Amino acid sequence: MHRVAQCSIGLGAAQAGLQPAQASGASGARTVLTVASFPDLDRSVKVAVPGFAKLYPQVDIKLSSLAMADFPTAMTTALAAGANLPDVMAMDMEIIGKLAESAGLEDLSQPPFNALHWAAEVPAFAMAAARSSQGALAAFPVDLGPGALFFRLDLLDKAGLSERDLTASWDGFIAAGRQLRDKAGVYLMGSAVDIKDIYIRSSLRDGEGVFFDGRGRVLVESPRFARAFALAKAARAAGIDARVKAWSSEWVEGFRRGRIASQMMGSWLGGHLKNWIVPQQAGLWRSAQLPEGAYAAWGGSFYAVPKRAPNKRLAWEFIRYLALDRGQQMAAFRAQDAFPSLLSAHDDPYFNEPLPFFADQRARLLWRDAAHRIPAVDADPYDAVAIDVVNAQLEQVLERGMPIAAALAAARQGIERRVRRRRVAA
Amino acid sequence: MIDMQPHPRSIDAALAGAVADKSRASKASSRARGELWRRCVPYVFISPFFILFALFGLFPLLFSIVLSLHSWDPAAGLEAMQWVGLDNYVYALFQDDWFRRSVYNTVWIALVAGVPQHLIALPLAYFLHTAFGRWRNVVLGLYFLPFITSSVAISLVFTALFSRDFGIVNATLQALGGLPLIGGLFASGPIDWAQPEYTKWMISFVVFWRYLGWNTVLYLSAMQTIPKDLFEAAEMDGASRLRVFLHIVVPMLKPMAFLAVTLTLIGNLQLFEEPFILTGGTGGIDQGGRTAAMHMYRMAFSEGDFGTASAIAWLLFVLIAGATWANNRLLGDKAGKEGA
Repeated sequence: MHRVAQCSIGLGAAQAGLQPAQASGASGARTVLTVASFPDLDRSVKVAVPGFAKLYPQVDIKLSSLAMADFPTAMTTALAAGANLPDVMAMDMEIIGKLAESAGLEDLSQPPFNALHWAAEVPAFAMAAARSSQGALAAFPVDLGPGALFFRLDLLDKAGLSERDLTASWDGFIAAGRQLRDKAGVYLMGSAVDIKDIYIRSSLRDGEGVFFDGRGRVLVESPRFARAFALAKAARAAGIDARVKAWSSEWVEGFRRGRIASQMMGSWLGGHLKNWIVPQQAGLWRSAQLPEGAYAAWGGSFYAVPKRAPNKRLAWEFIRYLALDRGQQMAAFRAQDAFPSLLSAHDDPYFNEPLPFFADQRARLLWRDAAHRIPAVDADPYDAVAIDVVNAQLEQVLERGMPIAAALAAARQGIERRVRRRRVAA
Repeated sequence: MIDMQPHPRSIDAALAGAVADKSRASKASSRARGELWRRCVPYVFISPFFILFALFGLFPLLFSIVLSLHSWDPAAGLEAMQWVGLDNYVYALFQDDWFRRSVYNTVWIALVAGVPQHLIALPLAYFLHTAFGRWRNVVLGLYFLPFITSSVAISLVFTALFSRDFGIVNATLQALGGLPLIGGLFASGPIDWAQPEYTKWMISFVVFWRYLGWNTVLYLSAMQTIPKDLFEAAEMDGASRLRVFLHIVVPMLKPMAFLAVTLTLIGNLQLFEEPFILTGGTGGIDQGGRTAAMHMYRMAFSEGDFGTASAIAWLLFVLIAGATWANNRLLGDKAGKEGA
């Protein structure tokens, strides 16, 4: 284990009023620490078990892994009932948006956790995602999902295009898609909705929200959304998207048959492409930054401590081991492509290694650069509601030809109706 | 001098009396206990059902009524419940446009998937009853197979079949489109089945296909209880098979038709799995495939509004109860009279 990180863990334990030797009590009885997680994030827990056992030999880690589709429901139910709660609860970007306001999770910024002491160790955008509107820190980040563009260089070559044609501007991206369709007969992207998703998150500054401002006002009628909708509409009209949802069987098949030439997603998509989606296309793919200088987070994982967890202090020690131990962070990166949230781990030589799947491109350096530039956007508990409504209105624009201004006005009304409780509370 | 010594015989008698009294009392007590046990034992034996029903049936039912009158962030625990009265019902009925859309979709799918189920299952059961001998159960089993197959597996298979670019349905239609003479009847390009104008048809077809066998089994089992002499008498009178079906089988099956239609109504108005998987859990473009049960689920677990979700559950209950009552008025009374 890295010496600096070990000292850090020891310091944290002392601040939390807990020493490693005390972790399981003076009697020597074993303590079971329950961790609830989901695939593939649970692999990083398995990786952490031997290292954590050296620090806390009397502690057994019991990993409870649920399918991703069931995990949010199971955790919400456990928090509602206050029963069968794990000591350590995993979360992704979507779950944390809903649960950050929950009174059922410990505020990790408060004693004995004092998580803000290590806030500078991780990117500000990851900490912002875990904060409630009241400033409570509901969870601590353990990995990141810096957004990147993945593309088939051979298909671009066939159409006489270069990486620059895709990344210089959004208009250039759409024009390149048209050329790709005409000359190579393939779609540039899976769904035009992706452009909207990225554009509404780019050009934001630290502290701004995607759908709501600091006072809870809905922002969807802003020029940012109008251009995002216009770009998506232009992409659909140009016929450059395959009109398939990410992770659907058609989406996967589109890549396998070489019908879709690019995808914008978190850096972790590289692992999925390499391992199971298109392992036979090794050497044909490349990665680049998002078009028009956009930087956005795509997922990322967090761990929280429920208020009714039986071993809260030990749970926090485990989270700190997952998040702040350089050796553990790099082991998880190697094992499951979990991009490290620990900034001090970003100078590891592993980042500079060429990736055979990307024809020896040093793509991790690109992703690291993106991770350092993503704005710290404020999360809102109603973001998930807003996403549903905005997507429904975008479908009206793309499929029904609804005017963008009317769709955005309808989206604002729909969101305001659905977040009526907040309006009442205000 | 008074003999203070008790007479041995009187002692024995007293002792015997005491023993007898004790024995009688003991017997009476034992009898009373036995009686009590005999009275209690049925309740003891039946208690597991009541305990389980109270815990997992009655309590959630009552709790959802309470919940529908509250605003609740479930992750914050029970203490976070706030009384809002009928606000959740008012919101669902008058402000939630997606709820209204989902109810419309539900009723549409219930009719389009449900009515053909019975219109085809009834003659199909008659055909199986008359045309097949000992192979009848095998054929019936084949029709019944979709009903016992996992709805998730079925929905995934149909998702692949209806795939726009790689599905066999579009591939077949395109192949038919290339035929001479009739080719013009079919679409020239692949059909995007995810479009809202197709979503409900696709869901209805899957539901129809899945439950056709179930209704056939119901009608066939009822058909087997019709006295054979009725068929023989009709045959003697020279009635055709169609007339036998229309004038003997259909009237005699009305009690079963009432039950089968009631089950279809309840099942179709609670439809969740098929549309959820076929539309990727979102309801599809323009919410074209979102059913009321799906909307309730998303309201609770996506929007985190358990109060409104509970209110929707009770509104859905009222809708189902109303439809069942209407069905009872339509088929139930007549069925009862004819059954009697």
